[in-house]
Amino acid sequence: MNFVMPDLYPASAEIFILLMACVVLLADLFAGKGRRWLAYLLAQLTLVGCFVITVLTRDGQNVTTFSNMFVSDMLADFLKLVLYPAVAVMLVYSREYLAARKLDRGEFYVLVLFATLGMMVMISANHFLSVYLGLELLALSLYALVAIDRDSARATEAAMKYFVLGAMASGLLLYGMSMVYGAVGSLDLFEVGQRVATGGGDRAVLVFGLVFIVSGLAFKLGVVPFHMWIPDVYHGAPTAVTLFIGSAPKLAAFAITLRMLVIGLNGLAEHWQTMLMFLAALSIALGNLAAIAQTNIKRMLAYSAISHMGFMLLGLLSGLTGPEGMLDQTFAALNAYSSAMFYAIAYVLMSLGAFGMVLLLSRAGFEAENIEDFKGLNKRSPWFAAMMMILMFSMAGVPFFVGFFAKFAVLQAVVAAGHVWLAVFAVLFSLIGAFYYLRVVKVMYFDAPTDMAPLEAPPDMRILLSLNGIAVALLGLLPGGVFDYAIFATYGFIAGY
Amino acid sequence: MSGLPLLSLAIWLPIVGGLLVLATGDRNAKLVRPLALALAVAGFLVTLPLYIGFDTTTSAMQFTELRWWIPRFSIEYRLGVDGISVLFILLNSFITPLVVLAGWKVIEEKVAQYMAAFLIMSGLMNGIFSALDAVLFYVFFEASLIPMYIIIGVWGGPNRVYAAFKFFLYTLLGSLLMLVALIWLFFQSDFSFNLLDWHALPIPLSAQIYLFLAFLVAFAVKVPMWPVHTWLPDAHVEAPTGGSVVLAAIMLKLGAYGFLRFSLPIAPDASRELAWLMIALSLIAVVYIGFVALVQSDMKKLIAYSSISHMGFVTLGFFIFNTLGVEGALVQMISHGFVSGAMFLCVGVLYDRMHSRKIADYGGVVHTMPKFVAFMVFFAMANSGLPATSGFVGEFMVILGSVQYSFWIGFIAAITLILGAAYNLWMVKRVAFGAVANRHVAELADINTREFVVLGILALCVLGMGLYPLPFTDVMHASVDNLLKHVAVPKF
Repeated sequence: MNFVMPDLYPASAEIFILLMACVVLLADLFAGKGRRWLAYLLAQLTLVGCFVITVLTRDGQNVTTFSNMFVSDMLADFLKLVLYPAVAVMLVYSREYLAARKLDRGEFYVLVLFATLGMMVMISANHFLSVYLGLELLALSLYALVAIDRDSARATEAAMKYFVLGAMASGLLLYGMSMVYGAVGSLDLFEVGQRVATGGGDRAVLVFGLVFIVSGLAFKLGVVPFHMWIPDVYHGAPTAVTLFIGSAPKLAAFAITLRMLVIGLNGLAEHWQTMLMFLAALSIALGNLAAIAQTNIKRMLAYSAISHMGFMLLGLLSGLTGPEGMLDQTFAALNAYSSAMFYAIAYVLMSLGAFGMVLLLSRAGFEAENIEDFKGLNKRSPWFAAMMMILMFSMAGVPFFVGFFAKFAVLQAVVAAGHVWLAVFAVLFSLIGAFYYLRVVKVMYFDAPTDMAPLEAPPDMRILLSLNGIAVALLGLLPGGVFDYAIFATYGFIAGY
Repeated sequence: MSGLPLLSLAIWLPIVGGLLVLATGDRNAKLVRPLALALAVAGFLVTLPLYIGFDTTTSAMQFTELRWWIPRFSIEYRLGVDGISVLFILLNSFITPLVVLAGWKVIEEKVAQYMAAFLIMSGLMNGIFSALDAVLFYVFFEASLIPMYIIIGVWGGPNRVYAAFKFFLYTLLGSLLMLVALIWLFFQSDFSFNLLDWHALPIPLSAQIYLFLAFLVAFAVKVPMWPVHTWLPDAHVEAPTGGSVVLAAIMLKLGAYGFLRFSLPIAPDASRELAWLMIALSLIAVVYIGFVALVQSDMKKLIAYSSISHMGFVTLGFFIFNTLGVEGALVQMISHGFVSGAMFLCVGVLYDRMHSRKIADYGGVVHTMPKFVAFMVFFAMANSGLPATSGFVGEFMVILGSVQYSFWIGFIAAITLILGAAYNLWMVKRVAFGAVANRHVAELADINTREFVVLGILALCVLGMGLYPLPFTDVMHASVDNLLKHVAVPKF
């Protein structure tokens, strides 16, 4: 066996971010306490650099490298180009918060960069092992980030919970992968896909493995009944970290779900579609019902995240039409997966804004955590009250905001696949969901403020948060462009196989 | 015909204007009020050419505009009006300046937000009436909930939060089911959201029934029909005067309009099949809700119930499938827009002075507010369907139509004439006449010029339409005939 140097070109962005993470680590070491901004600045520059590299190296082709473990295709490029801004925005939102709590240590930025690398690997993974590698890199960074505030008992508890449950989920995933490997003798997603589709492997073993894989994925996505960690971790973690966990990783989780189930295990689609259907229905129901009872906005958004992920799964499970389906197969797959992708992207945008608002209201010595803290925001700052209103209505799926078209896209995919009753079920629960989003609007607009302290956010955060809200509104007016990109990316992904 | 995109102007001028008002800010209240009024009047003026240039000989869509919106789902920005919708755009744009005037002095807090909410809502509702693409319609339909939710919740009465939530969730329930129906139709019609395509689409009867029921939930809540009417009294009672006026005059019409634009033409066979249900629900609304109105002790609630009862007339007129019925229902809708709007304004006038809507708190108002009482009596008469007022024309046409359809249905419907007179006049008697009830009534000041102008304009409309309804019915003839012909032909 002789060693062949892999083609590094498709993975340039990953290599760059890895190097830069090390640079940040060292720079922070030598910069000392007075120059905390250095790590922040370097991290932001890294993300900009990654963006530029991905734009420059993208060529619309499917290129694999590292013995087919890593793929660079349109799907990967597109999701990464959404990922970098999401992480960058999150860094802007959390800077002031971290500084006020003395958490803006270099490690924070290093861990964020490593987590981002993990997500990039997940997005580009073409092999069960690289999926796992990326996933663990992300998860381990996140465990540490949750516990970054060492003195907070709640954060430590959340980190412990997250770690124990996360480790178990990784175990499930690995076990499932080993089953599939045992049945078909390969870990390469493409080869697994071919062998499963041509009837290779023992079906019983494959389906057994599939159950574990889907469970592991469900945990990472945070859907019922594998959702228990979500509210506790969202609640316990410092809000800046909650913002991070609640946004970009959803994209990466979406990517691995798509790649593993659609490329690797498409031959078992009828099985995993049924599983996803139950997961989606349960998540939408439980997420929306439990969110009503929350008084803590972080917990409320956690349950809302559960229901949103359920909605995204609705798109993923509608890719292959059943006997009653109305579309031909390729088109149905394109339609459904691009809708789910649009949903994931729209959710990341809204989630960033919503947690950004929570950070905006927090200040030194005060954690804005309860829905009550939004009381009378319209009096304190009409502009940001309007932004939060846009975000809440968007999450509730009311037009003209992007959340409506996300729901619309997913629902039409569900109906196209012949599951009209599932669509009815989903809209009825999103009606229940509308209640708790409306409650936030009610608190901001109808109630008198109890706290008249002015908002203390730095200008860059204010501008970005405003842009975030405006983007949610504008993409609701003109969602066509993002839909087209989602179609292109999905098309590149499906056509490549 | 001018080349201006009139419908787009009618939609976006108030919306952009509303944002402009919002940007002016609550602190510049002095500037905000005239600006909002100017924009509202401008919004009305741009809709006038729609009526003047309207071709009454055709049932085709006019003033059409077509642009791609979201090609991915073949969603188009497709606008157009026919004889059914054009009057509502005018009515809506006409009511908006009056609402702005009605809130001129009363609203002192967050003036800019108040005015902006009404302007934006006016634009959105023009969008509903002119959209010919189902998703465009839906988007306007649902988006119009947001400003109303804010209006009720921020400027409403003591129980406003409950009313605002009830209003929003009730109406959202209906529209979400409709969304699924729209998506289903999209696939049935080979990827089209064009309403006119859907009108021609053959659909099996069983599917039509499901569609009809999905639309029914959406529109019945909005109309509102018995038994899903319970949100309306709450919303009306808690909303500020302007909110009540818009709710009664325009928002209730959205549901009825939906029946004409969606239920009847898309599912004509199901409509005929289920006409008995619709007629039964309408008659219950007309008679039962009429009795409920009789016993109300709150003026706004009384008018709210009378609205439900009147809207029962409208749905009755639609589902007896003859020209008299449908045209009568449309006339009734326009007339109800004027009359109920005026009634709520009257209650608003009293409420601004006394801060009470209870009938028992009043008595002998005529001694202190003679000019006002003249208006109130007039509008109450119109509300009970007195000949020579607009209220009479629509009711009479619908009753004639229903007698044509079945004598007993017409007979039951006619009970409303007695009931309407009873609850309206009894309320006026208790509020306006008799001895001066208390010290507060004795101190009342009569209406000022602003209020006089608002009520006067509405009174002229009511009288004009009652004496000479031809300009209204002329516009709708061709479209109504076409619709009825379309409904009569089986579609599967």
